Amino acid sequence: MTAMTETPRTMNKTNAPRPSHVARGEVSNAEYWKTFLYNAKVWFFLFLKYFSLVFCAFWFLLPVVSCFVTAAKTEREYQTTSVMQMPANWLNFQNYIDAFRLSNMAVAFRNSLIVLVVVLVITTLIGTQLAYVLSRFQFPGNAVIRMLFTVAALLPGIAMQVSMYKIMTNLHMVNTLWGYIIMMCGTDVISIYVFIQYFENIPVSLDESAIMDGCSYFTVYSRILLPLLKPAIVTCLILKGVGVYNEYYAANLYLQDKSTLGTVAISLYSFTGPQGSKYNLICAGVIITLLPMLILFLAFQKQIYNGIAAGAVKE
Amino acid sequence: MTTTTMDATAYAAVPENKTPRDWRKALIIVAFAAIPLTLLIVFTYLPFGSMVSYSFYKMKYIGTPRWVGLDNYVQVFTRPDTLSSLKLSLYYAVGALIQVALALYLATILSFKVKAGNFFKGAFFFPYLINGIAVGFIFKFFYTRGYVLDTVLQWCGFDLNNLPYWLMDQSINNWSLVGASIWRYLGQTVILFIGAMMSIDGSLYEAAELDGANKFQQFLHIILPSIKTILVLNVILAITGSLSAFEGPYVITSGANGTATYFVLMDRLAHVNQKVGLASAMAVVLLIIILICAMLQQLFFNYLFRDADDGVQKARKKARKASRARQRVAAGKAPLFRNSSPAVATASAATKEVA
Repeated sequence: MTAMTETPRTMNKTNAPRPSHVARGEVSNAEYWKTFLYNAKVWFFLFLKYFSLVFCAFWFLLPVVSCFVTAAKTEREYQTTSVMQMPANWLNFQNYIDAFRLSNMAVAFRNSLIVLVVVLVITTLIGTQLAYVLSRFQFPGNAVIRMLFTVAALLPGIAMQVSMYKIMTNLHMVNTLWGYIIMMCGTDVISIYVFIQYFENIPVSLDESAIMDGCSYFTVYSRILLPLLKPAIVTCLILKGVGVYNEYYAANLYLQDKSTLGTVAISLYSFTGPQGSKYNLICAGVIITLLPMLILFLAFQKQIYNGIAAGAVKE
Repeated sequence: MTTTTMDATAYAAVPENKTPRDWRKALIIVAFAAIPLTLLIVFTYLPFGSMVSYSFYKMKYIGTPRWVGLDNYVQVFTRPDTLSSLKLSLYYAVGALIQVALALYLATILSFKVKAGNFFKGAFFFPYLINGIAVGFIFKFFYTRGYVLDTVLQWCGFDLNNLPYWLMDQSINNWSLVGASIWRYLGQTVILFIGAMMSIDGSLYEAAELDGANKFQQFLHIILPSIKTILVLNVILAITGSLSAFEGPYVITSGANGTATYFVLMDRLAHVNQKVGLASAMAVVLLIIILICAMLQQLFFNYLFRDADDGVQKARKKARKASRARQRVAAGKAPLFRNSSPAVATASAATKEVA
């Protein structure tokens, strides 16, 4: 019912061939009504299909679009007009500039970039290495390590921050960027699954023949398997990247010196203070932070969808 | 600590006749597994262990802890705020089920050829990539009195005076937050379902159409069974996810006006009231609930795929029985035909003797 794909015309052609007397031009009343009802039904479902799509898309786009509208309004415009009234000048970037300056976003973007690059490089390296060892060697402890990672995926992350805070304090990792980076590397489980899955689809005979040719295990990993793993790596980079860029809770907890160590999410949160009701500024800030995601999404749509599907298998 | 245990396992991995290759194998295993395992233990299992032990103490971040036994757990189930926060997860569970149903509907539409299908897919999915703080601001703005939602509803003919305060009114504010959560996560579920539906063989639909099945019957008998696994997985994830709803209420309402979910409350108890022991006990309770859900999921999957396994086992049993019967017949101990009359049996025995 929901999956009406054919237009009524083609439907009529394939499923309801015209009887001969119709072709001769003698349309009986009953026949006429039958065709009419059939067409009405098809049109109705076609309407239902697009109506539900457009209706849902409207409610999904509305919150973001309203932000765009408000972000382009001047202070006076924002206070005098209704929120859904279009701005006088769409190219009014003053709010964006103010928001960027007020919430110290230059520093925040720099910090986020550092965290992002280091975390992604480290997690990709250790993730692929562990997956290589686990999928290619049978050794006592292999099954135990896999189980440790499976159980780790079930433990609720936010819940453990209570005791994590004490550990971070003891390791002197609170209020330093590198401490936060190491913690973010440590709590990555899903990408290891994705890597193991990909490794298991690469035939072992490939490694074996390379070893016959005199490759060491490390060369097999770095020269042969890593290039083959590229699609999986791209997938994990994107998913992990989105997660790290959007992470707020741990950053808020461990990066306490907000003016120098804040990430993008933290700097956005600074709007809750005295500017709490200046939504023209806040909306501009929101748009600035989601712009990188929008660009990423438009560029890597397909990989992102694949990543969602791959990551969910073992979630 | 970790490296030494890893060394031990690696040495154990090397068999008696130690060739250079085995040593190299051990070396690469240790080199590649040491760092991720250390990180896993320090940042996952160590906090987990200390969390469990904290849950038996009355303690703050600073100062000496006092042993209270199971008192914290008793409090989790008797304090009015924890109990009401547990009840709040019901809202999110209902929301999650709506999300799964809506995602199923939209994914079914989008898995077939649709005009501008990619646009719709993108529109539904993009919120998933927006960070929680931004989502919080977007919905604060969206729900504020006289702002986006109210304006659109006024376009539709509603009177502003009849509309509730979406984030303040206790009878509706949790549903508003659930709406925000659906907005954020629906796209992910849609993409998962579409992925599963894409792997269905297209010829099944053609065959069904030839047999006269309408679209709804096709959905019921082709699509639904094919995505059964991922559907059940999502329902279970939705239930565990509803218990751990956090970012929405944390950012949009800060847990005010009766919107403090379990995690928001736990965060407040741990970092504002410094009741570390109680917060740890809450975390352990949540973990136990999640583990129970995971086990139920396993049981349910066993139940789902029991038919297939049963079939194989039945076939094996039958084959074994048949082969035993053949042996017996071959040994002359049994009649060739079961349930046959004695005359036939003797006749068959006679033919055997002749042979």
